[in-house]
Amino acid sequence: MTTTEPRIIPMGLALNEAMDIAMGLDEKVFLLGEDIAEPSGGVYKITKGLSTKYGTHRVRKTPISEAAIIGAAVGAAIAGYKPVAEIMIMDFIAVCLDQITNHAAKIRYMSGGQTTVPMVIRTSAGAGRQFGAQHSEMLEAWAVHTPGLKVVVPSNPADAKGLLISSIFDPDPVLFVEPMLMYWDPQYACDVPVGDNRIPLGKANVVREGKDVTVISYGKQVHDAVKAAEILAGEGVSVEVIDLRTLVPLDEATVLASVSKTKRAVVVHEAVTRCGFGAELSSRIHEELFGTLAAPVARVGGQNTPVPYAKNLETAFVPQVADIVAAIKSLNK
Amino acid sequence: MATTNRPDSPDRETLVQMYEIQNKIKTTDERFRSMLTSGQIQLIYYSPRGQECISAGYAVHLRPDDYVVTIYRGLHDHLAKGVPMRELWAEFLGRSTGTCKGKGGPMHITHPDSGLVVTTGIVGSGIPIANGFGLAAQLAGTDQVTVVNFGDGASNIGAFHEGMNMAAVWKLPVIFVCQNNLYGEHTPMSMSTGVEYISERGAAYGMPAVTVNGNDPVAMWHAAGEAIARARAGEGPTLIEARTYRFYGHLMGDAMEYMPKEERKAAMAADPVPAFRAWLLENGHASEAQLAEIEDKIVAMVDDAVEFAMNSPEPSLDELYTDVYEEIIK
Repeated sequence: MTTTEPRIIPMGLALNEAMDIAMGLDEKVFLLGEDIAEPSGGVYKITKGLSTKYGTHRVRKTPISEAAIIGAAVGAAIAGYKPVAEIMIMDFIAVCLDQITNHAAKIRYMSGGQTTVPMVIRTSAGAGRQFGAQHSEMLEAWAVHTPGLKVVVPSNPADAKGLLISSIFDPDPVLFVEPMLMYWDPQYACDVPVGDNRIPLGKANVVREGKDVTVISYGKQVHDAVKAAEILAGEGVSVEVIDLRTLVPLDEATVLASVSKTKRAVVVHEAVTRCGFGAELSSRIHEELFGTLAAPVARVGGQNTPVPYAKNLETAFVPQVADIVAAIKSLNK
Repeated sequence: MATTNRPDSPDRETLVQMYEIQNKIKTTDERFRSMLTSGQIQLIYYSPRGQECISAGYAVHLRPDDYVVTIYRGLHDHLAKGVPMRELWAEFLGRSTGTCKGKGGPMHITHPDSGLVVTTGIVGSGIPIANGFGLAAQLAGTDQVTVVNFGDGASNIGAFHEGMNMAAVWKLPVIFVCQNNLYGEHTPMSMSTGVEYISERGAAYGMPAVTVNGNDPVAMWHAAGEAIARARAGEGPTLIEARTYRFYGHLMGDAMEYMPKEERKAAMAADPVPAFRAWLLENGHASEAQLAEIEDKIVAMVDDAVEFAMNSPEPSLDELYTDVYEEIIK
């Protein structure tokens, strides 16, 4: 019997492995984006080494032209390729939103299923590095509001790898949101299996079981939810934590089963609270379970402001572990 | 006479083929407008009348596996590329037998078997997407080309500039056909555009660019042929500005008060389709009987398509949630 040592790697490397595996499996997979080829391998080094291995025809450095990047990916996808387009920072999707929402998302429908757009848009997102209002946002709700797009937000390196390979081979366009702070920070590194270990889209992960309250989150905030659960465990409150992994498709069954059991739910995300994904999920839980809930669903999200620059203001914008703890306690009164 | 006589004109068969395409567009457009005016059908309609020679001029150079991308005013491009008449009419009327099962409509006609791969309702947005088709052909090492059509108004939107630059940098096999009908929606080009000729913009991207009389079928055939040959040979993209005129304004029902009456009258008097017909006869490229037979055949084809579409059912309500994703996601 052999035992393998855990292989602890950061999310940046796990994402690199996912693209490496997908490109090795299928020559129709190619990457395009600003600065992604060698020598830099992307501003966050996520595509490091791939242009050397697969050539600059498959790892394509582009002009700073987001609409042209996504447009080229859309056309190539319809023509049978599986493009992975990198939009460096999520706020920049504002300059190519027409290509994403009017074209990538709608073409399968508008053509009556004759043409499809199997592509991935990878983008980094999130506050915490004092990048200010235009380099820090979580805009996943924009995409969730657009039928035709799938939306993935991984919370750890193993999921990032497994979900990205699945996304690349998915038949529909996927917006893949990568929490920027998790790329190379060793505190978020974890054991990542070698090889092609796909994680299906639409399957949530119950990361911690509990019986009193369900906390539903995704991305970096899953870690904060777990910390809140650990704090409350010391106070005799048993918290279940669900990592959604994908917002579209949404694993509603796992959420509803958990909340049916705990009768209390808190939805946590970093994005602005107003019309954030939490509003949708809270509404769905109320619609399905209203009569059985012990308390209204609570939301913990970013403040309803642009992301501020000053460190203290930025910290005040981002939901903290203490906010999650307070929200859970408010349901138990 | 708008048609150029030159010794290297296309052969007789090609000339007649171009006329057939032009006549098919003109006849189809006339039927749509008469049925709309009489209230037999209701739909949003952007007439391509006046711009027929452009589509015919490039389409005769293309193979079915070449790609065409166009816009909401795209009926002429659809028919030129070979989208079947019945399915086209059924789609315009929102029927289940349409090219897109009635789910796309006139602004999103798609028929991959003919190579008509994208029709967009967003000005300029087809340009970056066309690059993707060009890139696919380049990566696969085929000699397929992509023709992307747009209006003069689209040359002022960001997607045009981003797309033109990327195509030039990557030497993509894409032909950018600006169908310059002198108006962007309700605004004349002189009030919206900083250059006299859209082709001047090619220089900004290091891209070969030419202005051609889009109402001269032979001139258009030459310009398209040269650009397509260059693209097939891996020598990169070309911008063709084809000057033309839009006979019926931006969309059906447009009062056209922004178009000078005399200008429009003169353009319609110089209608390029009958002019080309007369030129074909005068130069002995076709006989009256031959052209009349083509015209009769097209009328019968349109009659048949109208009947087919009018008698086709609307899509089933079950279609609402299909084709959003591969699987049904609610």
